[in-house]
Amino acid sequence: MASGVKPRVKVPKKAAAGDVITIKTLISHKMESGQRKDKEGNVIPRSIINRFTCDFNGENVVDIKLEPAISTNPFFEFEAKVPEAGEFQFTWYDDDGSVYEATKSIAIG
Amino acid sequence: MKYVTGAALASLLTTSFAFADPVDDTLILNEETDMITRTAAPAHLSDTLDEVMSGWLFRGTETRAMQADDFDNPGMIFVEQAQDSWMIAEGTEGKSCSSCHNDMDSMAGVKATYPKWNEEAGEVRTLQMQMNNCRTERMGAEAWGYDKTPAINMEAALSAVSRGLPVNVAIDGPAQSAWELGKELYYTRTGQLELSCANCHEDSYGMMIRADHLSQGQINGFPVYRLKNTKLNGVHSRFKGCVRDTRAETYKPGSAEFVALELYVASRGNGLSVEGPSIRN
Amino acid sequence: MELTRRNAILLGAGAVLASGLPALASTATDDAIDTFTGGAAVGEGDLKLTAPEIAENGNTVPIEVASSTAVEIMVLATGNPTPSVATFKFGSMAATRNASTRIRLAGTQDVVAIAKLEDGSFVQASSAVKVTIGGCGG
Repeated sequence: MASGVKPRVKVPKKAAAGDVITIKTLISHKMESGQRKDKEGNVIPRSIINRFTCDFNGENVVDIKLEPAISTNPFFEFEAKVPEAGEFQFTWYDDDGSVYEATKSIAIG
Repeated sequence: MKYVTGAALASLLTTSFAFADPVDDTLILNEETDMITRTAAPAHLSDTLDEVMSGWLFRGTETRAMQADDFDNPGMIFVEQAQDSWMIAEGTEGKSCSSCHNDMDSMAGVKATYPKWNEEAGEVRTLQMQMNNCRTERMGAEAWGYDKTPAINMEAALSAVSRGLPVNVAIDGPAQSAWELGKELYYTRTGQLELSCANCHEDSYGMMIRADHLSQGQINGFPVYRLKNTKLNGVHSRFKGCVRDTRAETYKPGSAEFVALELYVASRGNGLSVEGPSIRN
Repeated sequence: MELTRRNAILLGAGAVLASGLPALASTATDDAIDTFTGGAAVGEGDLKLTAPEIAENGNTVPIEVASSTAVEIMVLATGNPTPSVATFKFGSMAATRNASTRIRLAGTQDVVAIAKLEDGSFVQASSAVKVTIGGCGG
């Protein structure tokens, strides 16, 4: 597991039924591109978050494929429908097989 | 050799340089905290400058926007890491920072006065020096390397709780001799390029150095999340880089010279809001 | 029409203009686009790509893609060692087909976005970004 990898998500605590909300996500990850070389001239192997998904109550909001050109500490902002109260599930998939998750509940009110 | 460099520099300075005004924009953090990014120059500087301005005003639209929201600001990731380590006991005494200092919020105002004179120690201390003193003397833990990750993260966290408060470092009394040393260093030309801090940051702020918009070199925004290396950077590391860029032998982070210089440069921004962690290129 | 040399040149120039892509697009970019579209024609329309005109630092460049009916949007950095940047798929709970992120650009170049719309057609948009070199300290 890559060290120091921490997800953060920003979701409003509540919304009116049917509202559109803005979600922001950030994960602290180096996103080693595979382009860099170490002091001896050896290529530092690629090691990135390669996929990010967001689901709401089990239904998909976005599914993003990341390549090495996504900046360190990958950031995404997108909009989701909130038809009812529920839970947003966020998942990041690392090249090294690790999976990072975060969940945020949203109430209707 | 000296004449050649001087002539080269002179021709460089006389070619028409692009100048761009710092933007006319206000920084409101998280839609709630008003930040002072420009204000009247402090008294000790008022003969030289009318106004002091935060580096924020010299950056592009997207960079400025990134700093205005704590979620968009990647520097806050590292602040969070430090907030976690604030609570963790370390060292022989089994204490955490919070054992003595309670909530990190209660540390508001501390960053604004650093570097400052420590009576007991008989020296001017930077915030990192003071943290390390707590670690070694009161926690029985090892000192953090200067500007290394745990230290810079903690400095950023302590800065974050002071955001919006005006920088207010003391330049008189027992701190005065360090301040004078810092001032001398600020105005001394160094290196093959024979540049002093003032040549760029006092004489030429606003000008474009290649595609970079030269700021006044204020440090109210430190520690800085640089887009260039996507991590937090400390003041001494920046000083070291600037001196190295004049092609001179540079001082070490944590050295007496850089402590003095940090005090002096901080005082040039007295009145500006503590801004760190800020975002710069 | 008579295929004179003049007409052939005008035809070729017109085709390049009509394709909307920079005439000097790298092969890797063309390959990525072909894989995405399956070789189908790419037009213009329901897709907007927002990127800064001048990137303060190529390491972290904020971009946004926006569309009304896109099902999938692929972003390419035509001047990077490998052009692929990201591909966004929008699910049933997506309120809009908009997304923002931050990308790495190796140098001044065109950033290109290709969208697959609900009706199966493909559209593209591009944005020229200048990546700058600073003075001291890069």
